[in-house]
Amino acid sequence: MPKISQGFKFFAHPADAKFQAYGGNLEEAFQNAAYALVSLMWDRDRVRPEMSYPVALEARDLKQLLVSFLEEVLYLLDSRGFLLHSVDELTIVKEGHRFLLRSRFGGDRCAEGLETFGEVKAITYHEMVIETDGRAMVQVVVDV
Amino acid sequence: MDLKKIGPYTYEIAQHGDMKVPAVIYSSQNLLEGVRRDMTLKQARNVACLPGIQRKAYVMPDAHQGYGFPIGGVAAFDLEDGIISPGGVGYDINCGVRLLRTEYSAEDVKPKLRQLLAAICREVPAGVGKAGVIRLSKRILQDVCAKGAEWAVENGYGTKTDLERTEEYGRMSSADPAVLSPRAIERGIPQLGTLGAGNHFLEIQKVDEIYDPETARIFGLQAKGQIVVMIHCGSRGLGHQVASDYIRAMENKVGTGGLPDRELVNAPIRSALGQEYYKAMSAAVNFAFANRQMIVHWVREVFARVLGSAEGMDQVYDVCHNVAKFERHAIHGQEKKVCIHRKGATRSFGMGRAEIPEVYRDKGQPVIIPGSMGTASYILLGTEAAEQLSFGSTAHGAGRVMSRHEARRRFRGEQVKQDLAGKGIELQATSWRGVSEEASQAYKDVDEVVRVSHEVGIGRLVARVVPVGVIKG
Repeated sequence: MPKISQGFKFFAHPADAKFQAYGGNLEEAFQNAAYALVSLMWDRDRVRPEMSYPVALEARDLKQLLVSFLEEVLYLLDSRGFLLHSVDELTIVKEGHRFLLRSRFGGDRCAEGLETFGEVKAITYHEMVIETDGRAMVQVVVDV
Repeated sequence: MDLKKIGPYTYEIAQHGDMKVPAVIYSSQNLLEGVRRDMTLKQARNVACLPGIQRKAYVMPDAHQGYGFPIGGVAAFDLEDGIISPGGVGYDINCGVRLLRTEYSAEDVKPKLRQLLAAICREVPAGVGKAGVIRLSKRILQDVCAKGAEWAVENGYGTKTDLERTEEYGRMSSADPAVLSPRAIERGIPQLGTLGAGNHFLEIQKVDEIYDPETARIFGLQAKGQIVVMIHCGSRGLGHQVASDYIRAMENKVGTGGLPDRELVNAPIRSALGQEYYKAMSAAVNFAFANRQMIVHWVREVFARVLGSAEGMDQVYDVCHNVAKFERHAIHGQEKKVCIHRKGATRSFGMGRAEIPEVYRDKGQPVIIPGSMGTASYILLGTEAAEQLSFGSTAHGAGRVMSRHEARRRFRGEQVKQDLAGKGIELQATSWRGVSEEASQAYKDVDEVVRVSHEVGIGRLVARVVPVGVIKG
């Protein structure tokens, strides 16, 4: 079984990839969710934080925010060939009826010789759970 | 879930609760076990509750749980009071399959197989994060999305005959690239002409069995051992982004209140947002058609270079697996235009339909059903009966039964490659881990899926093909 010390854990799911990511707060759980997602596609320890992209998102609820946040990883991969190494300076705040997320993605462009694995097509709401009582946990199923 | 057997391979969930129509499942005892284990039946019931649904919600033999709609789900909606739903099409819009015939036999190809595969790998970028060889401007990408495979042919990729032998003739005229988000366009620009990864593949196959020689001949498949090429890919990140964009737009504008599942989010077909999604989805459909068209062209170039000729490498057909479109169907004895959603299902029209190219119109449409890595794939014939049974639809493939993690735990990529080699199948892949995740044991038995399709009569067996060379992204 995968190490929980990574901050995330995968579960058996008939067709797709399902994981839970954990943290002391929501920001950490979101960060670990991004690392869980990346683990399906490449080994982030083999990517150097050579460059960074600012991330600014807003959503009507936390689930939509989580979908948008993880989609950012896929968007940067497809459009810029950007491989995520780290999620830095992540903050989530609620302003009125909106949830705002700010962060900085560190990583590098896809280089020859770096092995990439399977493809993730999209982030779904399927079986999505976000728990914020005490320690935070998010559960995500992604379409592979 | 209360499931009533109403035929040898037909089961029904009777209309109850909020269901507006019954749901019908085409399955066998074996396949049904899997369907009962996951959420397929619940999802089929949910679809049957959606506004404006016509006749019945249908579930194909290869069904498994999806997001909102089941994979292998077919539903039609009334144009006045019905809905359109990105979840009814799927994230990989126009994921589809194209089949090319050749004049070569397995013996002709065998000595040059490795060379062929290596050359195709060089021409057709595959794998995660691999960009295409051509870099497009935004304007050209919009042109691609407006014209689909026609754009590719105009630019020297393939022939007019290829267009005739493509669903929608390679272009949905409803496409409007102007509605695509900047993000969809940005994701599409580097990816035109790429295979992608995951379950997508390019295979050199040989005809292994012919069940219906007369139809096979019309499809250009003459004899056992004949080499064909199958290409399975979709609209890449552009299509994924369109799905995500409109799920979000519909959530914000229409809302998800009252829906049993957030992924069933939808908009009335008549609404501005429903229409806009249809235009964007059509643009993604066209991107995928152009993508497969370019790949076919490169495959022909490689065959010409390595084997001396690409003569007779005609396209058999190209089918969509994930799409919504407007079609005419009989609803309670009256023919009317409806909005069909096929999610993980293949159109399977019988003889006479105007949508089928002339060359096949007296017979029916070729239906191409890919297996998983290293297993057989099938060519079926669309039937008239399917129009009554499933709005002219059948299965689309094998469908996963095991998560990637589980597959990786059980199989090693190197071993999978060796096992394939033992069966005489050469594999070229970008990642060992990807290979283990796509091991054929992680998928349903495609043989049983097509047998059910044949027995029910929604797609009849024409030929079986088996891989000799596999390229995995």
